[in-house]
Amino acid sequence: MQEFLNWLKTPGLTHFLIVSGILFSLGVFAVLTRRNAIMVLMGIELILNAANINFIAFSRYSTGTLDGQVIAIFVIILAAAEAAIALAIVLNIYQNFNTVNVDEFNRLRD
Amino acid sequence: MDLFTIIFYAFALLALGAGSVVVFSKNIVHAAFALLFAFFAVAGLYVLLMADFLAITQLLIYVGGILVLVIFGVMLTNTVISVDVKTGTVQSMPAVLLSAALAGMLVGMFWSTDWKVTTQQTLPEATGNELGTMLLTSYVLPFEIASVVLLVALVGAAMIARREKKA
Repeated sequence: MQEFLNWLKTPGLTHFLIVSGILFSLGVFAVLTRRNAIMVLMGIELILNAANINFIAFSRYSTGTLDGQVIAIFVIILAAAEAAIALAIVLNIYQNFNTVNVDEFNRLRD
Repeated sequence: MDLFTIIFYAFALLALGAGSVVVFSKNIVHAAFALLFAFFAVAGLYVLLMADFLAITQLLIYVGGILVLVIFGVMLTNTVISVDVKTGTVQSMPAVLLSAALAGMLVGMFWSTDWKVTTQQTLPEATGNELGTMLLTSYVLPFEIASVVLLVALVGAAMIARREKKA
């Protein structure tokens, strides 16, 4: 017990990894349960953030180089592109079908 | 309890609490604003991990860009006054079990693995200079590909979102 309290008092690699693991699971839960397409997108953003925390934590504590941070920059770039495309698709679907419920998208055209 | 520990727990709890609000809130506008706090807290964690440039990038791109896009999406696809019932959840029980199992597995793995950890601090105080050098030397090919991907994504998003003229 004392050992665990001491572990809690000195945040290190494992602490950051555990935070990112829980954040990842929250994102997976949102993707699994939400039927609103925009909520699914928010879950994906949480997952990408959790992955980024892992990259940067390993860059700081394990490798000691900046390679992890460069990869994290690419993740952020692709997340921006993904959000733009996905919201364009969602808006277009809303114009055509008048719904954003992912269970009701079963046709690719009118 | 030094300052690093206090700040770490503050940002970690803010990230997980805001993340939970995003996931469990029935109101999609509340979820979108909770996402703001989650992104902000993650930026704080980046600062603690000596990634100053990435923390600023996170604030600019996620909070300033992606979140605005998401809120645009919420405004354009929902009637804000009446909370849409379709933002509710389905299949909650299996999803809770699966996500809890995933979280338990990940945390157990992170906890039990003996990670190779460097004891001394080797990252520079300000990372911007070195990150720029790396992007234009050893990572120049992914950098160029990412720029093309962004261009294609912008053109594609503009194409897809454009309102078609009903002829």
